[in-house]
Amino acid sequence: MKAKDTLLYLDGVSVSFDGFRAINNLSLVLQSGEMRAIIGPNGAGKTTMMDIITGKTKPDSGDVYFNGTVDLTGHDEADIAMLGIGRKFQKPTVFESHTVEDNLVLALSGPRSALSALFHRQSRDETDRIHEILYTIRLFEKRHWLAASLSHGQKQWLEIGMLLAQDPKLLLVDEPVAGMTDAETAETAKLLRDIARTRSVIVVEHDMHFVRELGVKVTCLHEGSVLAEGSLDHVSNDPRVIEVYLGR
Amino acid sequence: MITQWFFRHGDRRSLIAIIILVAVACLVPVLNLLVPDTSPFHVPTYLVSLLGKYLTYALLAVALDLVWGFCGILSLGHGAFFALGGYAMGMYLMRQIGPRGVYADPVLPDFMVFLNWKELPWFWYGFDNFWFAALMVVLVPGVLAFGFGWLAFRSRVTGVYLSIITQALTYALLLAFFRNDMGFGGNNGLTDFKDILGFNVQAGTTRSALFAATALFLALAVLVSSFIIRSKLGKVLVGVRDAESRMRFLGYRVDRYKLFVWTVSAMMAGIAGALYVPQVGIINPSEFEPANSIEAVIWVAVGGRGTIIGPIIGAILVNFGKTYFTAAFPEIWLFALGALFILVTLFLPKGILGLYGSWQARRASHAAQKDDEVLPPVVKQSSKRLAEPEPQAAE
Ligand SMILES: Nc1ncnc2c1ncn2[C@@H]1O[C@H](COP(=O)(O)OP(=O)(O)OP(=O)(O)O)[C@@H](O)[C@H]1O
Ligand SMILES: [Mg+2]
Repeated sequence: MKAKDTLLYLDGVSVSFDGFRAINNLSLVLQSGEMRAIIGPNGAGKTTMMDIITGKTKPDSGDVYFNGTVDLTGHDEADIAMLGIGRKFQKPTVFESHTVEDNLVLALSGPRSALSALFHRQSRDETDRIHEILYTIRLFEKRHWLAASLSHGQKQWLEIGMLLAQDPKLLLVDEPVAGMTDAETAETAKLLRDIARTRSVIVVEHDMHFVRELGVKVTCLHEGSVLAEGSLDHVSNDPRVIEVYLGR
Repeated sequence: MITQWFFRHGDRRSLIAIIILVAVACLVPVLNLLVPDTSPFHVPTYLVSLLGKYLTYALLAVALDLVWGFCGILSLGHGAFFALGGYAMGMYLMRQIGPRGVYADPVLPDFMVFLNWKELPWFWYGFDNFWFAALMVVLVPGVLAFGFGWLAFRSRVTGVYLSIITQALTYALLLAFFRNDMGFGGNNGLTDFKDILGFNVQAGTTRSALFAATALFLALAVLVSSFIIRSKLGKVLVGVRDAESRMRFLGYRVDRYKLFVWTVSAMMAGIAGALYVPQVGIINPSEFEPANSIEAVIWVAVGGRGTIIGPIIGAILVNFGKTYFTAAFPEIWLFALGALFILVTLFLPKGILGLYGSWQARRASHAAQKDDEVLPPVVKQSSKRLAEPEPQAAE
């Protein structure tokens, strides 16, 4: 397979931590506009894969291409974010001493230079976008709260809101429904499906109901490489997947 | 217009501080120069200089808080920038002495004649001009901070490691400035100043003017800090303090933001040092002592870091205490300072201003309960906002 015409292209990627192979000859391809769910047992390397894509971890070997031509291994986190890859962390990471609204202000796409930030004045347009996102993530009433005082689930939503504000081409979403009620989980699935209409998304999640609601192609990782790939039914009937993951 | 800006950005405290500082800048000279000695309102000249010295420390504390309180960079070497600004001013004051020195050399300062030097070293050129010296007061600390920060922040040195190398920086400068052949007066430093801008540095009027200048520069520093902190750049800085790596994933070049605020802060510290030297009449290498920089950290912690005016209160209070203790019980000052630091860290993690903030919030929540309004989150928000939360380690 060629990197050309793909949005994200990982080929033969490996990375070791102190001799331990967290990612082992991993290959994964995402088409433009596609949403993909990633499942797999704890320690399979799902988060590490996101670390590699976003420039936090440099792979020992292998190719990582974005948009067909951009070699991500040669860029740092800030560059990659500006290329259009946004990320939600497994442990929700918001700016706790800022208000909900200011978290979105910081995430909002736009110039990132220090000088422009010093003299930045929020435009009508930006305010409207922020308010729109606040409604989408159901935090409009709480926009003046400090992010620290949000519940776990609300922080997850705020972080998804920050992703929306960033307006990336590709969203990497790590365990978005951990700590959510069933109703919230269903809402989140709906929100992600909405988002996926205009963008590409990779979602890591352990919650099988949630993965089913997404209704997209699934990749199962195990010990740093792809164990199975296809529809959820196909993957969840794979005997090896049942053995290492579902059957436990 | 400035008032409007403050009100729009809700920074009333800084505005009040600026008004007080401007008032003090006018009032103290009047009480010193125009009110007769016999009046109980007379402020003696020694007190004017003492207060002026405290305000230069307050300016250093504001500078330090800008990087530590708002961006999480704990500098244990800010005294170095203060001292460099002080030396730049000291060099100007030395050259103003002219032929009135003990050796009556029209160009060379006494210590150079004493060392048998025949010519002024190149780096003393230009310092006979006040505006050149004034430029160096900000440029020398600024350039050093920029170079240091460029190396440190780009290689992502943070936390304790950064603190240690800032300490090493000031220590290295201490050793360098001790050497006679550096050309800065060695051990004795620069002293015996005569004039500043043609006015006798000892004169009461000059001392009052220096005091007023210090108060006004401090007011300006509050204004600049407030502008920076309320801007989007300030929000990025606080974000860096709370979750540095998260900021990078949003596309911000964290190192450049740090470099900006670090350099601005070093320049402020340089101005503080430059105002300090003519008021105390001497600058010597002991100003580079690592302990000085650590003391400045204590002022900020006592006053309340992450607030703009807390450090001013902390610097003034701790130095009042120091003046009193070192006169009354000189042996125990260091123990008292150490104990103060431990007490503040344990019981007042947000400093004096944090204490005031939580008192205010408690009052607000009482008021809210009385009105029988169910507004806990808002109260929670306002209390947290006043007493900015502890910075957390980036994930
Ligand atoms: N920076 C690191 N240093 C050392 N080991 C690491 C590092 N990052 C990840 N690992 C190891 O790599 C393996 C894969 O971890 P990773 O976090 O990617 O798993 P995961 O699939 O996201 O698991 P989970 O479902 O529990 O989130 C783990 O064994 C982990 O301990
Ligand atoms: Mg994970």
